Amino acid sequence: MSSQNPVLDELTSREYQHGFVTDIASDSFPPGLDEDVIQRLSAIKGEPEWLLEWRLKAYRHWLTMKEPTWAMVHYPAIDYQKIIYYSAPKTQKDGPKSLDEVDPELLATYEKLGVPLEERAILAGVAVDAVFDSVSVATTFREKLAEMGVIFCSFSEAVKTHPELVKKYLGSVVPTGDNFFAALNSAVFSDGSFCYIPKGVTCPMELSTYFRINQADTGQFERTLIVADEGATVSYLEGCTAPKRDTNQLHAAVVELVALAGAKIKYSTVQNWYPGDKDGKGGIYNFVTKRGKCAGKGSRISWTQVETGSAITWKYPSCILLGDDSVGEFYSVALANNFQQADTGTKMIHIGKNTRSTIISKGISAGHGQNTYRGQVLIQKGAEGARNYSQCDSLLLGDKCGAHTFPDIQVKNSTAQLEHEASTSKIGEDQLFYCRQRGLSNEDAVSMIVNGFARRVLKELPMEFAVEATKLLGVSLEGSVG
Amino acid sequence: MTMLRIENLHVRIQDEGTEILKGIDLTIRAGEVHAIMGPNGSGKSTLAHVLAGREGYEVTAGRVLYQGQDLLAMAPEIRAREGVFLSFQYPVEIPGVANTYFLRMALNAVRKHRGLPEIDAMDFMELVEGKAKLLEMEDALMARSVNEGFSGGEKKRNEIFQMAVLEPKLAILDETDSGLDIDALRIVATGINALRSPERAMLVITHYQRLLNYIEPDVVHVLADGRIVKTGDRTLAHLLEEKGYGWIEAEAAAATASTAATAVAKR
Ligand SMILES: Nc1ncnc2c1ncn2[C@@H]1O[C@H](COP(=O)(O)OP(=O)(O)OP(=O)(O)O)[C@@H](O)[C@H]1O
Ligand SMILES: [Mg+2]
Repeated sequence: MSSQNPVLDELTSREYQHGFVTDIASDSFPPGLDEDVIQRLSAIKGEPEWLLEWRLKAYRHWLTMKEPTWAMVHYPAIDYQKIIYYSAPKTQKDGPKSLDEVDPELLATYEKLGVPLEERAILAGVAVDAVFDSVSVATTFREKLAEMGVIFCSFSEAVKTHPELVKKYLGSVVPTGDNFFAALNSAVFSDGSFCYIPKGVTCPMELSTYFRINQADTGQFERTLIVADEGATVSYLEGCTAPKRDTNQLHAAVVELVALAGAKIKYSTVQNWYPGDKDGKGGIYNFVTKRGKCAGKGSRISWTQVETGSAITWKYPSCILLGDDSVGEFYSVALANNFQQADTGTKMIHIGKNTRSTIISKGISAGHGQNTYRGQVLIQKGAEGARNYSQCDSLLLGDKCGAHTFPDIQVKNSTAQLEHEASTSKIGEDQLFYCRQRGLSNEDAVSMIVNGFARRVLKELPMEFAVEATKLLGVSLEGSVG
Repeated sequence: MTMLRIENLHVRIQDEGTEILKGIDLTIRAGEVHAIMGPNGSGKSTLAHVLAGREGYEVTAGRVLYQGQDLLAMAPEIRAREGVFLSFQYPVEIPGVANTYFLRMALNAVRKHRGLPEIDAMDFMELVEGKAKLLEMEDALMARSVNEGFSGGEKKRNEIFQMAVLEPKLAILDETDSGLDIDALRIVATGINALRSPERAMLVITHYQRLLNYIEPDVVHVLADGRIVKTGDRTLAHLLEEKGYGWIEAEAAAATASTAATAVAKR
């Protein structure tokens, strides 16, 4: 790979920093998938009958489905019989208890990733659920949250301790047969995070899940369910990393959000899965279904994502704006470097009256990276007075990368007001020269321009993570960012 | 002390090979202000760009010494950190990067190069406020993204504001006066004059006498078709304003022709 600019070349070839492997004994299923595997999985987790049935139904549906091919991503066929569907550290068999019982090797791993799990060491005001391969290994600050009635625990635990909530909301936003990857996830999901904020409560701290894939050939299929009851408010963040491996690994997650009347959910993602090497070898296939339902009047769901990792990203965090006056937001920065492919965007489905949505998408392409924005705004017949504002900007670094935009707008109510803006720009030699003429190194200039481009989105992130994301953008392109 | 010495500089456009500068000789000493005037397309901006290190040009002959060092061997950011400042004819927009943030990065890059610590945030604000007052820059402009949506005049004012903060040794001002209204011209000129000092030199590119009424140059050069065809004191600028460039070009052509004729006769 070489462009005109040697510094751009060097910048775009930085090494992935979270690529180490934790040496820990694991219990894994042999590769392959059939109803037996699902039954064993469900049995290990001690799940109730209804959940096993739910999984099997999803599995049978999945068998009838075809992998989607409409996205602008290209990869060799995935052999679903070669994937390991369950892998857990031996020491974690019975799920996490108190932090003292967590394997020190695991604590060290998270420490190294910058996510210390000792409560006093953690970023003040952030509770973490740590998911390692197929299981949650620790959840911090649970007692403190419990005092306010906030439930924050692993999904497996929620199935045991709050079955009525899980049963009521699981699949209520993303049904089992929603799409190929969601159906697969419904059949085999192994863990994830569960969160419930009771009526009128503003969650006193940021909640977060940190996903780590460690074991080779393992797929990670986690499920996150967040329910904000009437008038509740919560801000949630997920982060992800994986070791460097030559083979591709599959991550097919489902996230469901439910906001009842007046509730607010802010969901932020900093996705830094291993992207593959500079020749495009290895990396995570990230096929994720994320959807939120603004079920009640005046509710609000806001998705913010910074997608810098993965060989392939396929995700469209969406909002169903059912309640009148509800608000959906999507703020995205997606970076595709080397041979990464990102096909991402959102769907805003306006059903209630006076519903509003905002879409801000910033795509950055470098190296041979291909970045696609795919978005839909759908105004249903009854969505009187709905409004949408969409802005999709692409930034190209070098001339071997690509940016594509596929906005789809469907309006079935004539009172709707929509505004769409789009732009594509190249980091110009002009801009770089201007910065260098003022004394900035080429590297700092690139970082500054990229971060400036992404600023509108970065400022939506909770403060602690905005700094992290800013750094990550710089590192992913190479270079330090201010 | 000699600040800048340009000797027989020949420059062409890299990809297509057209020669733009055809042998420039120019010496500027510390404390001096030189003006360069000349018709559109004569190579004034090209000269400014080559001095600042912009890519896309090929120096085919000659050399440039800046404080005795080989300027052309330095990367653009090194030149900047060593004190070369270019006020752009067309300042560039950088969306999402706050003007003050940009300036602080720039100032710290310069300071680091000189072995100074990063400027403290309070000191920086104080410095910036003082310079902003000098150039009558509104607070709103400082907080906005670099040049984004600035009017033509605001962009030029911002260039001089940056110069005032960075305090370069050699300032090259490329048509800083164009696009300025009468009041802005006075303000910008005040900003430039405030920086005049015995340790500093300036190269002011302009089409108009009116800027030179405020910034009185020590020397005026006329650049035409890639050559300096006439050099004089500030009265030359008045003459140009009155008579245009035609007479100088004719004079220069005649001179070249007669040298050629002598050369032929000598054989
Ligand atoms: N990148 C380029 N490619 C081709 N031609 C160029 C390039 N840059 C400059 N030129 C040409 O070089 C000549 C000198 O341009 P330059 O911008 O230096 O003129 P100038 O004296 O600054 O003019 P003005 O007074 O209009 O600003 C012009 O004919 C211009 O078209
Ligand atoms: Mg010019």
